[in-house]
Amino acid sequence: MMTKHISITVNGTVHEADVEPRLLLVHLLRDDFGLTGTHIGCDTSNCGACTVHVNGRSAKSCTMLAVQADGAEVRTIEGMADGATLHPLQQAFWDQHGLQCGFCTPGMIMQAAWLLATNADPSDAEIREGISGNLCRCTGYLNIVKAIQQAAAEMSAAAETQTGATASVAG
Amino acid sequence: MIPAAFDYVRPADLGEALRILRVREGEAKVLSGGYSLLPILKLRLAQPALLVDIQDIGGLDAIVETDDELKIGARCTHRQILEDPVIARYPMLHDVPGGIGDPQVRNWGTIGGSIAHADPASDWPAALLAANARVICRSEASERHVPAREFFIDTFTTALEPAEVVTEIHFRRRPKGMGGAYMKIERRAGDFSTAGVAALTRLDASGRIDWAGVGVTGVSPSPFAAIAAEEVLVGGMPSDELFRKAGAAAAGQSRPAADIRGPVDFKRAMVAELTVRSLRIAVQRALANS
Repeated sequence: MMTKHISITVNGTVHEADVEPRLLLVHLLRDDFGLTGTHIGCDTSNCGACTVHVNGRSAKSCTMLAVQADGAEVRTIEGMADGATLHPLQQAFWDQHGLQCGFCTPGMIMQAAWLLATNADPSDAEIREGISGNLCRCTGYLNIVKAIQQAAAEMSAAAETQTGATASVAG
Repeated sequence: MIPAAFDYVRPADLGEALRILRVREGEAKVLSGGYSLLPILKLRLAQPALLVDIQDIGGLDAIVETDDELKIGARCTHRQILEDPVIARYPMLHDVPGGIGDPQVRNWGTIGGSIAHADPASDWPAALLAANARVICRSEASERHVPAREFFIDTFTTALEPAEVVTEIHFRRRPKGMGGAYMKIERRAGDFSTAGVAALTRLDASGRIDWAGVGVTGVSPSPFAAIAAEEVLVGGMPSDELFRKAGAAAAGQSRPAADIRGPVDFKRAMVAELTVRSLRIAVQRALANS
């Protein structure tokens, strides 16, 4: 069996592996690297539960080969919290009850993080469009949208504070 | 779902990729974004012996205008095309990528991959057919400029040869008086099109349509140019009456199959209606550009 040696940076840590070319990225993350926060839902690129970031772009990791991500920077749900401090999106999903069973949540948060990285102040419609590739069968999406709005506001406020601090130092 | 085993190479340049495709002709598939190919591999509808990943090949993801052409690189993602300032001046093309799949699909899926895959319900072919774009097919031995109307042959079947790669898609630059639109309906966000119509019209100084292109997707074994609708339109003054005749002609040329997206009559009715609606917008845009 032909294997390929790959090197992938996941959440800042370099991982190496010898993999079959047909191995999917999601299986590499879960089975080889033990990062089981990334879920497998539909396995047909519909549901978005497996969403991670590859070189800053959100991707469905069930629809990407591990070898395609050779040399890439991958970020998963495990890379979101800063120690015991939840990422603003994680905290907002908690505060707004943005989950019930929680199965879609890791993918939903990763997709929301990508959305906010490309659009810091999305409208309600832009949030709904932005998570249209992520299915939730529990919540009806209302609280997910609220959670993303809360996180957007907090992250924008934090960014402004930071900019202000930099400006005052420069001034 | 796990694909059948295959070898994988990631050539650094186009010459190397074309050499591999020649040597392994018939055994290899080109991997671009993967959002069409991977699902098919996982379902084992295709079992190529080798994947040639073209992600490292430079020069395939540019969008440029020359004196008379707009050239879109095959590895441009749907998202890149959606956000490109040049494409913003081509409203029919701009209409297409925002409706493809979902954000993750648009982040990785590419125009070249989409057209080479040739799903009968995919969106880009309708626009390429309406504009009569040319698909640039490169092999080690040749570079062919294949008109879109000769490229889409049947379901998942194109004029692309096994040792060829789609490198670019060429459109004519948008002249004064030209305007177009693409409209589709889908059952739910991110679904394949139930039906989609791309319409492109050019108006002469008197406001008469002197050129028309209509591409239809989702309602036949392969996306097609609605030639009968184009014949109805050329020479006519824009009006809802004229658009309805064109819509009836496009619907008549459709060969839809009844499936979960609806019965045959419904799909034909949607082709007629989408043709009317896209023509209305196309003509508005043509007027705004005259």
